[in-house]
Amino acid sequence: MKSRTTGSVVRLAAPLRALAQRFSFLLLVLAAIALMMVGKIDTVLVEGMRNRVTDAFTPILEAISRPAATAARFVESVHDVINLHGENERLRNENASLLRWQQAAQRLDAENRSLRSLLNYKPELASSYITARVVADPGGAFVRTVVTTAGHRDGVRPGQAAVAGQGLMGRVVQVGEWSSRVLLVTDLNSRIPVVIEPSRQRAVMAGDNSGQPKLLYLPGDVSLAVGDRIVTSGHGSMFPPGLPIGLVASVSDNSVRVQPYVDLGRVEHLQLVNFGLPGGLGANDPAIGAGGLQ
Amino acid sequence: MTGGFWGKIDQAGRNIAPLAVTVALMLIGMAPLHLPGYAAIAPALPLMALYYWVIHRPDLLRPSLAFGLGLLQDLLSGTPLGMTPLIYVLVYWGVLTQRRFFLGTSFAMLWFGFALIAFGAGFVGWLAYSILNLRLLSPDPALMQALMTVVLFPPFGWMFMRIHRAFLQH
Repeated sequence: MKSRTTGSVVRLAAPLRALAQRFSFLLLVLAAIALMMVGKIDTVLVEGMRNRVTDAFTPILEAISRPAATAARFVESVHDVINLHGENERLRNENASLLRWQQAAQRLDAENRSLRSLLNYKPELASSYITARVVADPGGAFVRTVVTTAGHRDGVRPGQAAVAGQGLMGRVVQVGEWSSRVLLVTDLNSRIPVVIEPSRQRAVMAGDNSGQPKLLYLPGDVSLAVGDRIVTSGHGSMFPPGLPIGLVASVSDNSVRVQPYVDLGRVEHLQLVNFGLPGGLGANDPAIGAGGLQ
Repeated sequence: MTGGFWGKIDQAGRNIAPLAVTVALMLIGMAPLHLPGYAAIAPALPLMALYYWVIHRPDLLRPSLAFGLGLLQDLLSGTPLGMTPLIYVLVYWGVLTQRRFFLGTSFAMLWFGFALIAFGAGFVGWLAYSILNLRLLSPDPALMQALMTVVLFPPFGWMFMRIHRAFLQH
């Protein structure tokens, strides 16, 4: 490396400069620690800054994510061709079983309609969907979030559910003008009230940065089996009840883990759902500041 | 390239190369690759750039810029504000004190030094995040990320050398 010959580098080594530099390091370290405290105390200010910076960089992130998505799609298509035969066989079997389910669903639908007509049933609130592209999953080792291309002007509001394919992905924690951030269900700060479907047992699903969130606050005598369906309970007016999340993946003495339906690492497009719930989490609800991103 | 308006512009352009490379790597590192489980162990690309430029041209990437880079990364990635600046400033300080040792030695030494720095940075990040969340977190993700970063360092190190030679040596 010939850069040692550069004049300014040699001057840098002078003892006076070194002393000043040491102090500047100390100051910068203290500034970083002070910022962490500010982030803990004044979440509104920090959120505002995040929104503005994320808004500014979303077009760049979007431009970068397109070739990355193309490369990923190419790898996937090669993979698909290799698995074509097995996949076809699997789909045939699935189709046969789905046709049986369709029959059952049609019968239940008719029954449901006739029973509803007997009661004075209030239908669920209408919901609208906003589709957005995932342009970044920047969290690294500590945070599980994605940045999407829909923001305030598209109707995204904090607290809305993000769904992709078969189930819940997470919820919106930060909304800029044309970008938003979704906290995934696997993040350390994610807490979602859920119901275990066969037993109607309530619990809270808590992320711990691993791929499979844990179920908390289960009573000791609850009957649970691997493969039980987990859906949102609708408590706390966060999400509507019955939104599918995943299946129980493992049951041991001290922890029950859930495998989400959505492969969170591979989502390209997601839908942000506005259920129009009257008591939904707003931007100034303290629950977001406490449980969401600092 | 002696004096003159255009000469100065040219030199200024060359001098921002280290910062530009680091910011570009940060943004590229955030692109979703749609690989299962990849986001959690994605290599810390800006850390590689920071390490290389602090060893070779600390005059072009000042500690305050390293702080700013960390701040930008925190704002974009949703990590607690101040955590990445802390890591970057400590990395900067650590590398600068050992700079004479790495400068001019073999690539293997450069890589070994980076391994120490990457694991150190992972440890600081894990400690800071644990304190901020008031609980002891599993160190595995940070370890895996550091390992991934170290393994992928050689191609990026080679690229930095090419950029270094192309823009900053005459």
